[in-house]
Amino acid sequence: MSNAAQTPALRPVFRFVENVGRKTVAAIEEFGYVSSMLAESFYWLLFGRRQQQPVRMRSIFAEAMRIGVHAIPIITIITLAIGVMMAIQGIQTLKTFGAESKVIVGIAIAITREFAPLIVSIMIAGRSGSAITARIGTMLESQEIDALRVIGINPVRYITAPLLLAMMISIPALTILGDFMGLLGGGLYSIIELKITLAIYFERCADILAWDDIAQGLIKSLVFAAIIVLVSVSNGFQVRGGAEGVGRATTRSVVMSLTFIVIADMIFTYFLNFA
Amino acid sequence: MPAADHSEYAIEVQHLDAHYGERQILKDVSLNVRHGEIMVIMGGSGSGKSTLLRHLLGLNTPTRGSIKLLGIDITQSSEKEMFDLRKKMGVAFQGGALFGSMSVEENVVLPLCEHTELDENTMRIMGRMKLEVVNLAGFEHLMPAELSGGMIKRAALARAIVMDPRLLFFDEPSAGLDPVAAVELDELILRLRQVMNITIVVVTHELESAFKIADRITVLDQGVILMTDTVEAVRNSDNPRIQSLLNRLPRDDAIDTDEYLERLTGI
Repeated sequence: MSNAAQTPALRPVFRFVENVGRKTVAAIEEFGYVSSMLAESFYWLLFGRRQQQPVRMRSIFAEAMRIGVHAIPIITIITLAIGVMMAIQGIQTLKTFGAESKVIVGIAIAITREFAPLIVSIMIAGRSGSAITARIGTMLESQEIDALRVIGINPVRYITAPLLLAMMISIPALTILGDFMGLLGGGLYSIIELKITLAIYFERCADILAWDDIAQGLIKSLVFAAIIVLVSVSNGFQVRGGAEGVGRATTRSVVMSLTFIVIADMIFTYFLNFA
Repeated sequence: MPAADHSEYAIEVQHLDAHYGERQILKDVSLNVRHGEIMVIMGGSGSGKSTLLRHLLGLNTPTRGSIKLLGIDITQSSEKEMFDLRKKMGVAFQGGALFGSMSVEENVVLPLCEHTELDENTMRIMGRMKLEVVNLAGFEHLMPAELSGGMIKRAALARAIVMDPRLLFFDEPSAGLDPVAAVELDELILRLRQVMNITIVVVTHELESAFKIADRITVLDQGVILMTDTVEAVRNSDNPRIQSLLNRLPRDDAIDTDEYLERLTGI
């Protein structure tokens, strides 16, 4: 403060350095907070019962209903559409080389490894991640989180742990649905263009696909699930400043989830393919 | 049960300092509450009374000092001790803090669900008994959003007492209520003490309600305890701060000109 005050010309520089420092510390702090929350959630899931503070089955199922089952229609529609889209683009492109029939390779690999987990996670981040942040933020503002704590209910056990487990069941399950629907979508267009039957299309898919392809998508979907829960819960718990604060946190939560999902996807794709 | 539990006091606060960031909110606060006593913590806005309550509830950690509840120092206690202690405390928050996604009955029986192995019917009966106590019988299936302000406070009280606690904390019981509802709530607090012999701490800025229910009153001002004494003694106190609080006079702090200018210019 005193240095900056004495040399006004350097003030913006000082301020910039100070801001960078503050932001870095805040980011590290947040990372530490999120990691400890992840560890604590697993602790409650594994050892809660022994402490007479179990993670309730009922709340896990309730969350899985909300996150997973209720998302089935929208995931069905979207992944089906993505499949059709890929078939159209694929056949258009491959026509140039007269290799339209190879489109099935592209569809099968891309859907299972990439698009199903990615699209499902993006949908759930927008649909459930935002809701989680808003819910926790509102609970914080209305002292419901304080109420939980004074009743002797650990908020991580009661809120985060069931969400984490429900998300890690729902997203892979939805990814499997997405795999199937994406392939079906691709198939519906391909059978018209390529003049084959749907049975033959799926037979070809089965020939192309190895378990690895599907596993790769599922592993990624587990990581995405953890990202969505941790980002949306931690943003919810950091809400300050009433209704506007809840809105801001919700936006931040969705943007952060999507960013981390895509970056994690890139990293995992690299390592799962080349390492 | 530790031996200290046999002490005369249910709550012992010693030399408590509390900060929010750099700002000091509580300065060397010491306070004792006897078993079965109704202690009212009174003060204006910004006096630190809510902060003191948060510390008593173990929601915030003090910078210095100790807080003993039923003989257990919550600034030093283990998770397990704190967990066990929480089963003996009930808290009614200012806004009720009922869980919006649960019905009134589910809210009230939640502590039972979490801390006991009772079967569902027993819990439901116990929950309804407490709802009877707070005159909310028949409203158990409503959602918190469907209740009036007074009903929310009473439902919150029912949840606070469902475990038959030994300590009950009440944040601003009469704030936001019409006079009749406020008086009813005061009566309810008095009756609870009579029937259940709970130690009750009430935080409020409402004079009338404080004088009516308190055994003793602690007056807090700018983070400092001005006095802790009986209703009569507080009424007759000649401390100007207390008098201005009692007579609803505006504070007339002398303005330090230099400090004032400094604040304005920010230098």
